Amino acid sequence: MIKARITVTLKNGVLDPQGKAIEHALSGLGFGGVGAVRQGKVFDVELAESDKAKAEADLKAMCDKLLANTVIENYAVEIA
Amino acid sequence: MKSAVVLLPGLNRDRDMIAALTKISGKAPATVWQTDTEIPDVDLIAIPGGFSFGDYLRCGAIAARMPVMRAVAEKAAKGVMVIGVCNGFQILVEAGLLPGALMRNTSLKFVCRQVKLQIANANTMFTRRYQPGQIIRSPVAHHDGNYFADAETLARLEGEGQVVFRYAEGTNPNGSINDIAGIINERGNVLGLMPHPENLIEAAHGGNDGRALFESALGIAA
Repeated sequence: MIKARITVTLKNGVLDPQGKAIEHALSGLGFGGVGAVRQGKVFDVELAESDKAKAEADLKAMCDKLLANTVIENYAVEIA
Repeated sequence: MKSAVVLLPGLNRDRDMIAALTKISGKAPATVWQTDTEIPDVDLIAIPGGFSFGDYLRCGAIAARMPVMRAVAEKAAKGVMVIGVCNGFQILVEAGLLPGALMRNTSLKFVCRQVKLQIANANTMFTRRYQPGQIIRSPVAHHDGNYFADAETLARLEGEGQVVFRYAEGTNPNGSINDIAGIINERGNVLGLMPHPENLIEAAHGGNDGRALFESALGIAA
């Protein structure tokens, strides 16, 4: 079995109102010097697959087809 | 003219859409379920608003991958009119039938109020019963209506007249780029908009500003 972690982040230049709100909340808690916060998503996926290359190709296809909206998001696949 | 309404778990404006289409066309629309792979022979397919699949992952993302949406795409490719309202608009962009994306409102708040819309293109199958530049009222109710498209896509939409509705008179409720409230595909048969025209079609609603959209699409004389 292969365990993978997929990280989905907003592309540069896409406004992230949630990240902005978190940034302000951190400043409000007294954390000085917080430059910018961008919010993303993490998916931990277990695959019944032993071939790493095949798993990586499948995971990328999953990102393109569902897990990420590539109009606004980038993704990274990391296999444990 | 015949119509069909797409039903998905978590939608909650489906009855409003069915009522509007029934009242305006005089015929009850057919209904199709998420697992249906075929849609009856109709002139207009409507995807109503709500929170399909609980808005999990991204608004409209799961619904856009259901079998019924493949059938909608096939019909759209044949020129059948498709209208997506609110969650229906989100589903159409997630399905790739319309460009861009709908993101969280810049206020981070769910907005439920009446806005003003300008008819940015009155030369479409959905807006021909309006006057160019006409300002109409419409209710909105959404959390993720902040339309976004990259600069190239935006320039194309603006240049080709694909922006059909724009929030007017400072009523943009969600921070959408260029005050975009609704867009149409290149071919001119797939329309998506965040406002709810189906909720303003008769005196009991407090006005009928949304009625002409359905009269346009259904080819009914005003």
